[in-house]
Amino acid sequence: MSLTHTSPTRKLKDKSAYIIAGAAFVIAIIPLISILWTVIVKGAKDFDTYFLFHSMRNVAESDSFGGAYHAILGTLEQVGIAALITIPLSLMVGIYLVEYGRGRLSQAVTFFVDVMMGLPSIVAGLFILSVWILGAGFQASGFAASLALTILMLPVAVRSTEEMLKLVSPALREASYALGVPKWRTITKVVLPTALPGIVTGMMLGIARIMGETAPVLLLVGVTQSINGNPFSEPQGSLPLFVFNESQNSLQTAVDRGWAAALTLIILIMLLNLIARLIAWWKAPAASR
Amino acid sequence: MKFQRYGSVAGIAVAAALALSACGSDNGASTASTTPASSAGGSSASSTAAACPSGTLKAAGSTAQANAISQWTKDYQGQCTGVTVDYNANGSGAGVTSFIQKAADFAGSDYALSTTQAGQVTSAGRCGTGSAVDIPVVPGAIAVIFNVPGVTSLNLSAKVLAGIYNGTITTWNDAQIKADNPSATLPALKIQPFMRSDTSGTSYNFSAYLNALGGFSAANKQFPSKVAQGVKGSSAVAAKVKSTSGAIGYAEYSYATQDSLSYAEVSNASGAFVQLTQANAANFIAKAKVTQNGSDTKLAFDYTYAASDAYPATLVTYEIACGTGNDATQLPLIKGFLNYITSSAAQGELTSLGYVPLPSSIAAADATAIASLS
Amino acid sequence: MSNERLSPVADADEVEVRDPRSGLTAKAGLGDRLFGGSARGAAVFILILMAAIAAFLIYQAAEAIGKDQVNFVTSFTWDPDGNSTPNGQPEFGIAAIAWGTLVTSVIGVLLGAPVAIGVALFITQYLPRKIGSVFGYIVDLLAAVPSVVYGLWGLLVLDQHMSGVSKIIEDVLGWIPLFKTDGTYGSSMFTAGVVLAIMILPIIAAIAREIYKQTPREQIEAAYALGATRWEMIRLAVLPYGRSGVTSAIILGFGRALGETIAVAMVLTQVPGLVTRILQPGGNTIAANIAVQFGDAFTTGRQALIASGLVLFLMTLIVNYAARVVVRRAGKAGS
Repeated sequence: MSLTHTSPTRKLKDKSAYIIAGAAFVIAIIPLISILWTVIVKGAKDFDTYFLFHSMRNVAESDSFGGAYHAILGTLEQVGIAALITIPLSLMVGIYLVEYGRGRLSQAVTFFVDVMMGLPSIVAGLFILSVWILGAGFQASGFAASLALTILMLPVAVRSTEEMLKLVSPALREASYALGVPKWRTITKVVLPTALPGIVTGMMLGIARIMGETAPVLLLVGVTQSINGNPFSEPQGSLPLFVFNESQNSLQTAVDRGWAAALTLIILIMLLNLIARLIAWWKAPAASR
Repeated sequence: MKFQRYGSVAGIAVAAALALSACGSDNGASTASTTPASSAGGSSASSTAAACPSGTLKAAGSTAQANAISQWTKDYQGQCTGVTVDYNANGSGAGVTSFIQKAADFAGSDYALSTTQAGQVTSAGRCGTGSAVDIPVVPGAIAVIFNVPGVTSLNLSAKVLAGIYNGTITTWNDAQIKADNPSATLPALKIQPFMRSDTSGTSYNFSAYLNALGGFSAANKQFPSKVAQGVKGSSAVAAKVKSTSGAIGYAEYSYATQDSLSYAEVSNASGAFVQLTQANAANFIAKAKVTQNGSDTKLAFDYTYAASDAYPATLVTYEIACGTGNDATQLPLIKGFLNYITSSAAQGELTSLGYVPLPSSIAAADATAIASLS
Repeated sequence: MSNERLSPVADADEVEVRDPRSGLTAKAGLGDRLFGGSARGAAVFILILMAAIAAFLIYQAAEAIGKDQVNFVTSFTWDPDGNSTPNGQPEFGIAAIAWGTLVTSVIGVLLGAPVAIGVALFITQYLPRKIGSVFGYIVDLLAAVPSVVYGLWGLLVLDQHMSGVSKIIEDVLGWIPLFKTDGTYGSSMFTAGVVLAIMILPIIAAIAREIYKQTPREQIEAAYALGATRWEMIRLAVLPYGRSGVTSAIILGFGRALGETIAVAMVLTQVPGLVTRILQPGGNTIAANIAVQFGDAFTTGRQALIASGLVLFLMTLIVNYAARVVVRRAGKAGS
């Protein structure tokens, strides 16, 4: 093989590989642009403050007005409750696995967390439907959806917390122990603050993920057109579900609302993603920026 | 320290969410009353309705009556501002299931409770020791909607429709379709039949019609076709027919009118084609055999009736509630809303919505039945 | 280390140099016992919760299959509440919907994985680092689009374009029964597969990118020293280095595609029985079947749906386990 001369076929192969890789990138970008473009263009038609702050109460599907407020509020509450349950729980489980766990229990937890990572979201919904609503006799509510979302977020949150805690250098811990600081103070004052940006990022991404979940919500929140601020009783709206329902309608007015709701949902999720990434970037060691 | 910083961020987020929760408005109605089609004037005329209860009424079921319920909900919520009616249009089958599982206070269904379902009501103890009653409320016609480029009117006999849904007739220029439509220019386009994938009263009534006059499989809420594509809800059927060239489907008449879809004339017992008008549907429904058993009223269509002004593919949507043993807190809501929707004011709106008003004898029977609910 | 961080299957213990659990420990005081106890409590709680879910699913599924009057594994019908059976007896089988699930997911992977690998190579090997990370972020945005929006887009935008594409494929490959149609296109398993391909693309691309970035400098330089072109360097150094990691990424993407519900339910129209023609409208998947049927389902129907959900769960479990085995084997071979 000559060091200076490259044969034409090899050049050609090199060029084609470049073109193919570039083409793959373009192919991947086309649907993204198409999705964002259609959602923005079609969604912009109905997307205004009226849409954001009014519900569908007393609005027929054929009306051109109406809004997603009941759905936005429902989704924020459902996701908020799920996050409130998941974050402390997964934080403690992550701490247990990294700082305390040994032997059978920790193995079992790790195994089940891995298993639950693969749980299809619709199955989580089905589980809560059967146990909470049909089994225990509770009615469809926002909280039921929160429970299913909790099941979906838990394994992801535990895993990311665990990974972030593991990245904390053992030297830090040992230095703290050497100063006579008890283990729990070491964890809360040294380990957690060090790992916090990563953990927060992981949690935010987890929240963004469950915010877009439709399948479990479809089974659990019931149907309402009105604002219901109480997630614990009576049916509650949900933004992904609103998108789903409006898209199934034959009327253009409904489909327009579906697009506007999709735009709202994407904006919410993208914002969460952006904040998560900003935190990760801002707190990351300068070298890896 | 860092914890505190993140804590304060979270605090701001919570505060923002709370602030947000205070600023939304349920008041679509105030703007609504000036613009949309509450033209039937039902909302103002019926201030004679009984005193308003308050609370949330949960109902589920038939998509065939969804357009009517949607309008009535709007009217009733306008009259009784303390009431929220949540009607989940998830199909007749799902509605009855929700009702039996106590997820709905009453169900909307396009067929009366079957013996199996009545058994489930009893075994689930849904109505305590009592049983559920069928209250016919929304009669309507099933429109055979189609999307064939260049064709706006078609004659489709029950036999041809059965052939399409059995998969024996697959193109629009099939000789059997041509024979009934000598003047139409039918393209050599594949027929894409659509049906309901969920259990549905519209499916039940349409298959009953096809069974009686077209030799199709027995009536079934799960539409008995092996070749049709299933989608969930009447609305989705209409949407698919609207967007698919060569499509055919069935849905309650109001879906055909609100989407400006073409619909066919179908054949009656004598083989003649009958135009779908609300008057023609009303004529056919008027010949139905009415069976009354206590508060329970059932209608059975007479598919042999062959008058040239009677459209034979029809349905009646029932509201199914407990005769006795209703939840005490929900009872005033159930009675209030059912009373309203069977009132002459509400029924008067049906024509403009694409349905057929109840015959007065049945409306009277309904009023007695609703009064007896406990 | 960061590739393990991104890949959820990475075996965590191998990452750690020193185990924090083995660190010096101060004498356990009350605070320690409380804190350690509550951490342990949380772990036990999550264990109980997850075991309860598994036990519940298995119990319900077993009960449903016990009532089934046909073979659950091989039957194509789905009528657990006996709506269409002669005596109302439950008859349901997983075969047709499991087939639909596999077919759509395989299409998704076949289309999505090569593109994802191309994207990862383009970003890591051809673009300057700064631009590459920006472009990488753009592709990551695809992962942030919720599935209901994919469904909406697939139903109202993509599906219109699929008829033409499907027709071309049929013209070329129509002699294979799989690609034959009756002359109608769209709302097909192929369309659903394309949507799934787009959905799993960012997942595979993100992991592949992180792995390719880690290719040891020496190997790259060794290849260049031999006079390799950039493509030859990629073939000699980058691709072999990333093989196991990217394989497991693809398998993970496959697992994700299997469980996707709402996007598929929106794009695909339901047709009873086994559908073998992938370009023709209609089909069904396990997850979409649950989303459509749960409202109608009565006791047996719901249990049957849970049984199908359990099958789906097992399928994703096997797939995820396969991904882990691939990584572990590669790890052993490497060390």
